[in-house]
This record gives sequence, structure tokens and C-alpha cells, in this order.
Amino acid sequence: MTQDLIYTLSGIVLFGIGVFGVIASVHIIRKLIATNIIGIGVFMVFLASARHGEITDPVPHAMVLTGIVVAVAGTALCLWLALKIHLSDKRGQGVSS
Amino acid sequence: MFLRLEFSEGKHSRSGLSLASRWLLGGVISLLSLALMLAVISTDKATPGLAEWVSTHLDRSGVENPVTAVLLNFRSYDTLLEIAVLLIVALAILPGPNADAAPWLSVDERKPVSPLLAGLLCWLVPMALLVGGYLLWTGAYSPGGAFQAAAVIAGAGVALTVAGRHRFCWQSSAARLSLMVGLLMFMLVAAVSGLITGTTLQYPVAHAGWLILLIETLATVSIAAILLALFTQLHDMAAAPDKEGAP
Repeated sequence: MTQDLIYTLSGIVLFGIGVFGVIASVHIIRKLIATNIIGIGVFMVFLASARHGEITDPVPHAMVLTGIVVAVAGTALCLWLALKIHLSDKRGQGVSS
Repeated sequence: MFLRLEFSEGKHSRSGLSLASRWLLGGVISLLSLALMLAVISTDKATPGLAEWVSTHLDRSGVENPVTAVLLNFRSYDTLLEIAVLLIVALAILPGPNADAAPWLSVDERKPVSPLLAGLLCWLVPMALLVGGYLLWTGAYSPGGAFQAAAVIAGAGVALTVAGRHRFCWQSSAARLSLMVGLLMFMLVAAVSGLITGTTLQYPVAHAGWLILLIETLATVSIAAILLALFTQLHDMAAAPDKEGAP
């Protein structure tokens, strides 16, 4: 019981840190890292909820595994978009726009 | 690497929020987190959901690890769509196919690499492939499976890329096929199992084991290729942004 509780509470703390980071930071990459921290917090709460005494529910585990991979893909896409924004900013400095 | 990038938005308002509003935001979020914690502590957990259902039907799934059974048999639709999501992201980021492009893996022997690093890679890369194969195989019995194996194998590719001599290129047909083969095999199995049993992705019980192994093996190849492609493409773009291929 206490183990689940530690996991759940830490997940909520991570969630709070992530929300703060998304709102308070300016740099796009920092915002992206904060979004990932929110995701990890949610995964931790979800994983901890899968344990019921001696039985562990495998369905949330499988869903979190799927979620991690999708989060990696989303992060890669966001990084690519951030690079594109950076490059277009650099090109735009010569031209007046 | 990425934190050094400058964005015009950042230059205009570098400081972001003022100190007072930061404290206010921190206070609000702390209260929110506390409320969430109290809500979690005060509510009882739901009943064990699907755990019992999975454990009673595990002998029909073809594997012994319940997580693998859920991923590749009971909820294989999720996994199919997940591999599709990965492929879509890879296709969005990578430049288009080009038959005349560089081969999948090219080695530049002239680039100076520390002998210590080269010696380490000689051990590390084969070990990573071996561990990847083991993780894939052990997924049927204990924690492990296609994603864990693919992550380790892609890690070997990342190590090669960062060391500097090796360069991956994803524009040739063979490289493109390695990105797609997992999804193609998954869809083929879905179609054939739909024809045989009448329900898409419901494997015949007697053949479930090797069908799962077949899907997992090719999915490992594809997921490793896609993860590595995502990394190498971003790595190349950040290192030499002018040489990026037309998307």
C-alpha cells in the first residue's frame, strides 16, 4: 500500500512541476521537457493504480508502454518543428518580415 | 544541443514571467497538487479491473507474460495503431525517398575517432544487438518485448552516430522497407486472421505463439529503425541545417 502511495504522490508532484514548467518557461525546448515531465507523472499515477494488493492489472502496464512510445514520437515531432521554427527565424532575420 | 538554439520569441521576452507571478503560479499549482493528493488518498481503489480476466484467459494467448498478452493479443489493435503513429512521425520528419541516395549505413574511415571510443563501440554494439535479441525473446515469459528490444538496438545506432564515423541515411528503398516492415506484417496478420477466424486480429489459439513472435520480431526491426531515424534526422539537421533534404 505505502509503495503505491509513494508512486502516486511522486507522480502528482512531477505533474505539478511539469505544469509550472510549461507555463513559466519561455524557451520552446524547456516547454517540451516540461510537457514530458507531465506525461511521466501521469504514467506513474496510472501504473501505481494498477496494483491491487497481490494482483497486478497488466492492462494499464500495456497502455503505459504504448503511451511511452507515442510520447517519444510526439517529442521527436515537436523537436523537429522547433528546429524548423529556429531555422525559419534565422532565415527571416536577413529579410524584413 | 537544443537549448543553445535561439528563438525570436525568446529574444523579445527573455525573462518570461515576473518574480511575483512566478510565486503566485507556484502557489496555485502547489494547492492544485495538494488537492489531487488528498483526492487520491481519500478515494478507494477501483476493483481489480481486467486483471482476473487476463489471468484466466492467459493460456489462450500464446504467451506467458500477461503484459505481452495484452499488448500483442487481447489489445493488439492498440499496438498496431501505435506502430502506425511511429511510422507517420518518421515519414513526416524524414526527407522523401530517393533511389540514388547514400546507402543505409556509410562509414567514413578517415574521420579521426579516439581508439578508446572505437574499441568500446566494437564491444558495445554487438552486445546491444545481443541484449536486444534476448529482450525480444524473453518478452514471452517475463518483462521485455519488442519495444524494449528496439530501444536497446536503436541505442546502439545512436552510439555509432554520435561517435562520428558512421552515418545512417533513410532515403534508399531498403531503409524505407525497414521502417515499414513491422506495420506491413502486422496488417497482413490482421487480414489473414480476419479471414480465418472471422474477427480481425483474433489469432487462432493454436498458432498464436509464433504469430506473436513473428509480429514482434519485425516490429522490433521497424521500431528500432524508426527511433534511430528520428534521432539521426534531428542530429543531422541540428549539426548542418543547410544540408537538410527537401521534406
